[in-house]
Amino acid sequence: MTTETQTLRDWLLSETPTSRRHARLAAFYKGWLTLRANHMAMIGLAIIALLLGTALFAPWLAPHDPFVQDLAFRLQPLGTEGHVLGTDSLGRDILSRMIYGSRITLYIVALVVMIAPIAGLLVGTIAGYAGGWTDIVLMRITDIFLAFPRLILALAFVAALGAGIENAVLAIALTAWPPYARMARAETLTIRSSDYISAIRLQGAGPMRIITKHIWPLCISSLIVRVTLDMAGIILAAAGLGFLGLGAQPPSPEWGAMISEGRRFILDYWWIATMPGLAIFTVSLAFNLLGDGLRDVLDPKDSSS
Amino acid sequence: MASTHYTPKRQPRLPLPSWLKGTLVTLASISVTMLGLLFVTFFIGRVMPIDPVLAVIGERATQDQYHAAYLELGLDRSLAVQFAYYVWDVLHGDFGMSLLTARPVSQDIARVFPATMELATIGIIFGIVLGVPLGVIAAVRRGSWIDQIARVVALVGYSMPIFWLGLMGLLLFYGILGWVGGPGRQGIFFEDTFPSITGMILVDAALARDWPAFKDAFSHIVLPASLLGYYSLAYISRMTRSFMLEQLSAEYVTTARVKGMSEWAVVWNHAFRNIRVQLITVIALSYAGLLEGSVLTEIIFSWPGIGNYITTALLSADMNAVLGGTVVVGLIFVCLNIFSDLLYKIFDPRSK
Repeated sequence: MTTETQTLRDWLLSETPTSRRHARLAAFYKGWLTLRANHMAMIGLAIIALLLGTALFAPWLAPHDPFVQDLAFRLQPLGTEGHVLGTDSLGRDILSRMIYGSRITLYIVALVVMIAPIAGLLVGTIAGYAGGWTDIVLMRITDIFLAFPRLILALAFVAALGAGIENAVLAIALTAWPPYARMARAETLTIRSSDYISAIRLQGAGPMRIITKHIWPLCISSLIVRVTLDMAGIILAAAGLGFLGLGAQPPSPEWGAMISEGRRFILDYWWIATMPGLAIFTVSLAFNLLGDGLRDVLDPKDSSS
Repeated sequence: MASTHYTPKRQPRLPLPSWLKGTLVTLASISVTMLGLLFVTFFIGRVMPIDPVLAVIGERATQDQYHAAYLELGLDRSLAVQFAYYVWDVLHGDFGMSLLTARPVSQDIARVFPATMELATIGIIFGIVLGVPLGVIAAVRRGSWIDQIARVVALVGYSMPIFWLGLMGLLLFYGILGWVGGPGRQGIFFEDTFPSITGMILVDAALARDWPAFKDAFSHIVLPASLLGYYSLAYISRMTRSFMLEQLSAEYVTTARVKGMSEWAVVWNHAFRNIRVQLITVIALSYAGLLEGSVLTEIIFSWPGIGNYITTALLSADMNAVLGGTVVVGLIFVCLNIFSDLLYKIFDPRSK
């Protein structure tokens, strides 16, 4: 066994890659080794893996149904038999609600991450590559969205569209794309003028091909770093909207909404609001730790620590 | 061939001095941004599923009353004309009437804004006083325990939900320890005991020389303000540290050290002097962020500021108030951004 892993390792670390796929795997492996040496990033990764597992296996992990009310057992403290984290004002098991809440958090994050960076990448690369009026108009629009305070713009959007998870996702995505557009444009501007792009153009490649095959792959790594670091902000924004009653609606076990429910009892029954808050904090901390680590691997010029 | 061919020299289209041209370009881009901002709020107001006419006249109005209100609100005009009227009204400080308070939105905002400003200003002072020295020391003693603490402080600040930290603070310092005042700006015994001049309670109490009221107001503001301050501290200390690291690795710092200058002089008279402009930019942005971050904080602490106003209006579908508040905060945001850009241009010779 050991010799086999040894050879795989040697193959991955060889100085002379034999194929394109070999070179890619080798680069990926070297990045992984650097990331693995960063303990903080690995802790972050472990927490995120745990979150994924919790969301995936929620029905098996949760000791109770998150929606079933038991008014005889309301406001039970921590460590109650059968309810490790106690119960809320309607007698629902807090631990089970938190476990199911991880699904909502991941759902929101996944949706925002599918919309905002891709929209930003599209706008940024088109603006950067086309230049001229296209650039001016697209970047003005980007600046207008950047000029808005994010939470307030999201509030106004939710006010217009109505409260709910999907609208909260849309509102967060609408406020999250401009930085990606800025970044993608800056990268495109430097890449566009490089010799190899001219070479491809002389070979007859059209703008579509140049953008999708030769510019996007180079923007991806900084995009990934930025997305990972943004995840914490997305989670906090979603929880904030949920807290204000504009995101997930009750009886949904969204963490922000749970804090809002617990707020009414904060002075007497502190654990109802405290536990979901700890969950939000842990998860966004994990994304920040992983993002810092990834930045050191993928984007070493930006790292300052 | 080429020598005989006449090529006209390219003339600038407007014979203006460069500084005036620069100012005009800046002004044009500012007005485009502001117009875009208004367009977004106008658009949000239009896509609202709530019928603006019904919101004004109520559910039980007759068809004629509905039609009259429809015309009065100008909804029969084209969207472009409606937008023009909207911009005209906003430029005159007219955001319409609030349904909730039955007063002009502009008056409401003028009433609630000082509370937010007072909170954010004390918060930013907290952030600067602690954040800048922390960042400088973390950069100078890189890798030391102070640097580690600064790192953790920032990381926690970036990851903590502000509304939750506020709740926990309220629970600990008000509920359990009883060190600070509870939600709100004042205790009930001190309400209306002195005239409101600036709208900022601490200033008003000091002007009236009502020291017990001042003490009471301070005990109410200290927790929300230090909460906001913590968030700006996280950002300011991180940025200060990275600016300082950049300066400290420059050659002039080595030269100054080789000349035998004291470490204090190297750090504060040389390196720190060079990051002041960048730092002011960061502080301006951070202040803008605090005005926004105050939304959730104000809810937790029942602070009667603009964030509380917007959220309350939102939950009762008072759209004029929501959009008016959004425009005002957006405009302040834009102004602070422009201000920091301008400072950069004026004080950093490299950007010329």
